Amino acid sequence: MNDVKERLINGLIKENPTFVLMLGMCPTLAVTTSAINGLGMGLTTMVVLALSNAFISLLRNIIPDKVRIPAFIVVIASFVTMVELLLEGFIPSLYDALGIYIPLIVVNCIILGRAEAYASKNKVIASLFDGIGMGLGFSFALTCIGAVRELIGAGTLFGFAVMPDSYVPSTIFIMAPGAFFVLAVLTAIQNKVKIAGEKRGKDMSKIQSGCGSDCLNCNDTVCTKRIYDEKEEGKANG
Amino acid sequence: MSDLMKVSSNPHIRSKSSTSSIMLAVVIALLPAAGFGIYNFGVDALILILVTVLSTVLTEYIFEKILHKKITIGDYSAVVTGLLLAMNLPPSAPWWIGVIGGIFAILVVKMLFGGLGQNFMNPALGARCFLLISYTSIMTDFNCDAYTGATPLAELKNGKAVDILNMVIGKTAGTIGETSMIAIVIGACILIMLGIIDLRIPGSYIITFVIFVSIFGGRGFDTAYISAHLAGGGLMLGAFFMATDYVTRPVTIKGQYVYGIILGILTGIFRIFGASAEGVSYAIIIGNILVPLIEKATLPKAFGEGGVRA
Repeated sequence: MNDVKERLINGLIKENPTFVLMLGMCPTLAVTTSAINGLGMGLTTMVVLALSNAFISLLRNIIPDKVRIPAFIVVIASFVTMVELLLEGFIPSLYDALGIYIPLIVVNCIILGRAEAYASKNKVIASLFDGIGMGLGFSFALTCIGAVRELIGAGTLFGFAVMPDSYVPSTIFIMAPGAFFVLAVLTAIQNKVKIAGEKRGKDMSKIQSGCGSDCLNCNDTVCTKRIYDEKEEGKANG
Repeated sequence: MSDLMKVSSNPHIRSKSSTSSIMLAVVIALLPAAGFGIYNFGVDALILILVTVLSTVLTEYIFEKILHKKITIGDYSAVVTGLLLAMNLPPSAPWWIGVIGGIFAILVVKMLFGGLGQNFMNPALGARCFLLISYTSIMTDFNCDAYTGATPLAELKNGKAVDILNMVIGKTAGTIGETSMIAIVIGACILIMLGIIDLRIPGSYIITFVIFVSIFGGRGFDTAYISAHLAGGGLMLGAFFMATDYVTRPVTIKGQYVYGIILGILTGIFRIFGASAEGVSYAIIIGNILVPLIEKATLPKAFGEGGVRA
């Protein structure tokens, strides 16, 4: 179970797709006009990410290397279509709010990135939880950005009025420039925390080390986070 | 190292002017327009100007204090930014608009990019556009004690007649510092006489704008219409005080003409074809963003380089 926990923490904090890996910027900037939209987008992506990761991991020995990208896209697109139809049927309000960005999950680079870097080289369970972890990290980041933008730009939080009546909302925060302001500030805070952690002597080197969890092609054999492929796994366990 | 030991490549030009003396001159040149704004709109305008200037200076001071940097409020550049921003606010705006605008101008547009000389956009105009998008209703509400109703430019856009004499003197609705053409031109003359600005940018800006309005304004070369366009809105303030900002204008001479022409065309497009009556501030910040490209395109060839081979 260590693997599962490690994957979840990795996606949420160490390799948070938005704040650390800087992936999936398009939906991040476009749909986070409110906390609920951010959360909805994050969770939708998480479902697709987890399912496509698991499925691609199942097929990893069958998919020929040369056509792996089209094969991944087909798998991802199938899941996106399913999720899209489900959303349209059961949560039409969210479906309307997210609009074009639901079909665009197909080309979300987080999903393709995890398929390429992780799922195509690792076991099913680990891949599934890698997807869930990354998805949770994405949801967390989008909800944070959405909450800040909604709070400043509309004076509400998850649709509830939290600011005093005299507060005049700053509309720019629910428009495109506001997304950049908030993302930049949150990323700066994240970096500040990371640098402060390094100064205290904690080993935070794995955060933003550029490690894409691509352990097969990594020469750092003493890395404690190394995930072995099947052939080596027997040796490592033994 | 003493001042005498500064080593740099030639040519060496000695001058007594410094950042603070130039900025102080700009502050003095802005005073006629600010004074007229206070005379015209009353105490509200004075309070707004003071609050805005205070917030820009304090923001710069606190930012530099927290980051343990050299305190640069002594160069008066924050004062200029605050004053220019206040000139761009409607007199009826609440005081916190000035505070938010001042903080945004200094913190986001200026300091985050490295302070004076590093900002890619005029801080006062950046903040004005931020406020205009954020608080549209407050920023376009020009009703105040002295005047009710639309600005002359808005009336002009709606096809109503405007009183040009009042527009030149400044007895119209508008932002605090933009209404009086006379006061702005007096300030501009001070700057030109002191050699702080020259007519390249304002001249090419205004001439291009006049040509654009004559062609596309729909009224041909109608003197009354064109002078209303010149005297109305922020054109004069923008052309003399904001387009000529040392940091955000091109450094090459050819580039300055190109920059002025681009500003003139953009302002014309915004005013005549745009949804709102005014477009000077957007024109100037778009021009600011184009400056690196303009400079690259108009870079003069070094002596001995280039030329046609016989």
